[in-house]
Amino acid sequence: MKAGNKPRTLFEKVWDKHLVVPETAEVPAVLYIDLHLIHEVTSPQAFSVLRRAGLRIRRPDLTLATTDHSIPTIRDIAAERSTAALAAARQVSALQDNCKEFGIELYDVGNERQGIVHVIGPELGATQPGKTVVCGDSHTSTHGAFGALAFGIGTTEVGHVLATQCLLQRRPKTMAISTSGRLAAGVSAKDLILAIIGKIGVGGGTGFVLEYRGDAVSALSMEARMTVCNMSIEAGARAGMIAPDDTTFDYLAGRPMAPSGKQWERSLKNWRRLVSDQDARYDREFSLDVSSLAPMITYGTNPGMVMPIDGSVPLLNGDPALRKALDYMRLSPGERLLDKRVDVVFLGSCTNGRLSDLREAAAVMRGQRLADGVRMLAVPGSQAVKKAAEAEGLDKVFIEAGAEWREAGCSMCIAMNGDQVGEGQYAVSTSNRNFEGRQGPGSRTFLASPVTAAAAALTGRVTDPRRLVS
Amino acid sequence: MQSIKTIRSRTVVLPYADVDTDQIIPARFLTTTSREGLGEHAFSDWRFDAEGKSRSEFVLNQPGAQGCQVLVAGHNFGCGSSREHAPWALLDFGFRAIISTEIADIFRSNALKNGLLPVVVDKDTHLWLLDNPGVEVEIDLQQTTLKLPNGARVGFPVDAFARVCLLKGVDAMGYLLSKQDEIVNFERVRA
Ligand code: SF4
Repeated sequence: MKAGNKPRTLFEKVWDKHLVVPETAEVPAVLYIDLHLIHEVTSPQAFSVLRRAGLRIRRPDLTLATTDHSIPTIRDIAAERSTAALAAARQVSALQDNCKEFGIELYDVGNERQGIVHVIGPELGATQPGKTVVCGDSHTSTHGAFGALAFGIGTTEVGHVLATQCLLQRRPKTMAISTSGRLAAGVSAKDLILAIIGKIGVGGGTGFVLEYRGDAVSALSMEARMTVCNMSIEAGARAGMIAPDDTTFDYLAGRPMAPSGKQWERSLKNWRRLVSDQDARYDREFSLDVSSLAPMITYGTNPGMVMPIDGSVPLLNGDPALRKALDYMRLSPGERLLDKRVDVVFLGSCTNGRLSDLREAAAVMRGQRLADGVRMLAVPGSQAVKKAAEAEGLDKVFIEAGAEWREAGCSMCIAMNGDQVGEGQYAVSTSNRNFEGRQGPGSRTFLASPVTAAAAALTGRVTDPRRLVS
Repeated sequence: MQSIKTIRSRTVVLPYADVDTDQIIPARFLTTTSREGLGEHAFSDWRFDAEGKSRSEFVLNQPGAQGCQVLVAGHNFGCGSSREHAPWALLDFGFRAIISTEIADIFRSNALKNGLLPVVVDKDTHLWLLDNPGVEVEIDLQQTTLKLPNGARVGFPVDAFARVCLLKGVDAMGYLLSKQDEIVNFERVRA
């Protein structure tokens, strides 16, 4: 902090550095965007607007595209003739045409770097501390794990960024979430963020950028930090951020798009300043000791309807949304979820589709078989994750257990690509949304961590993973 | 985008809190490359059963909902996915304004950019509207007030810039493009 300057939070430092035009009462700020990620589902209409207006793309070099949401995750896509696959194929070819016409780098199916947009940005080293990152996708908050200011935008705004590399934004408020203690065995970053959402609620973060800080967060790996920041949007927050540190720098070193040589040294110096100043003020603060956290599981139809895995579903207390949720889930107030029958297990998504997630699940499942009647999909978040997992034999663990080992993509997280949970079926899913129908019409989702998902796969029941991990 | 000055309509009430954009437009309808015609899929899984038959008990399928342009929704409406297909679908379905005590961030931003007006009111006004479905209200964007049937006017916040865009029926792209010099300069200074 420079003498005389007001202490600033991490968010404020990144925000201030990207102001092209500051905000006034009349107009929002013009904010510069360093990295624009696009995918097939939320971009076609933006390109149409550009084309109609005769606009160019200002910085194709700051734009990266991938296909992830609507692509099937089976190997032989060309042979797939379902309606979902045909519609997806049209979207994908629109993205291919758009990228070609406007000179945007596309990590398409078949490319060894293809994958879920929030998995490949960090993998490529394109996501970096202090950057502003946007994507037409709410889980862009994932990239905040690197100390970037990263948030989801709509398709109109995708058009704005394509044309001007800028967005009109009002400055959000800040909330510090200070963590202490250590996560117990069998309890992971997913449980931590689910517990936080349970505390502040699905709308509790609206209008805020969350900064996760404190010992418990510093102790997390980059992948675990991404899991935490990923679900910031499920608390309604604009973004989630974690100050970069040596864990961050170690992760980025040597990645294809990360700076190297002298430039790396210079970047490192700047990145080290990206911490909230000692006396920086947040608009809201709350603290959490993570030591006593249990594995968490959702019982309802939004991620805030969550409880410790050995808890019981709350009583209605006249809450119409909860009544509707429990009707949909076919659960009763006061019911326990432990030992509840499970039909499907989904391991994957931008929340928990990284190598460490697959490793944790595989460690529980090694040498064992899925319970009778359980279907399990293990879907790596990217082709790079897939390759790395196969190099250590994780694919075999899943396949020998009887699970399906798939190509990289969003898969059952969004169920618009042929992968879905059947009507009325219960799924334990490592993704981020248990909304009605999210995993397929009539699907009923319990969100949980990779180890909890693996435990359910083996027993065919909701199972406390602490029984299986040491 | 159509400009908005006043919206006069009966209300239809969807009382649940935290209605997410996956309900407003399920993901399987997002394989389109156009923004037209999404209204037929708005609230698809709440309006239709698995066989595609209309669920008569659902409020939007009831005769009273016909022609209503104002949706009174529960707290934190539009949470979840950033899909702009949600406001596209609601507009195409016939809605022009959403009244709630809180409207989720990205949905609100998307709605404003398409001429769907988010109206955030106090708890008491909201409760009254939830309890009295079908009343006639008038939303005046010039004055940023909501007029209730008893003649009372309740103010609501709208970002000053978004309000001007809505009144004129223009997108913010023009404004951003007019900042070209500042953007060029910003890039130069940083490089
Ligand atoms: S994995 Fe799921 S949440 Fe993540 S980007 Fe894909 S669809 Fe969205």
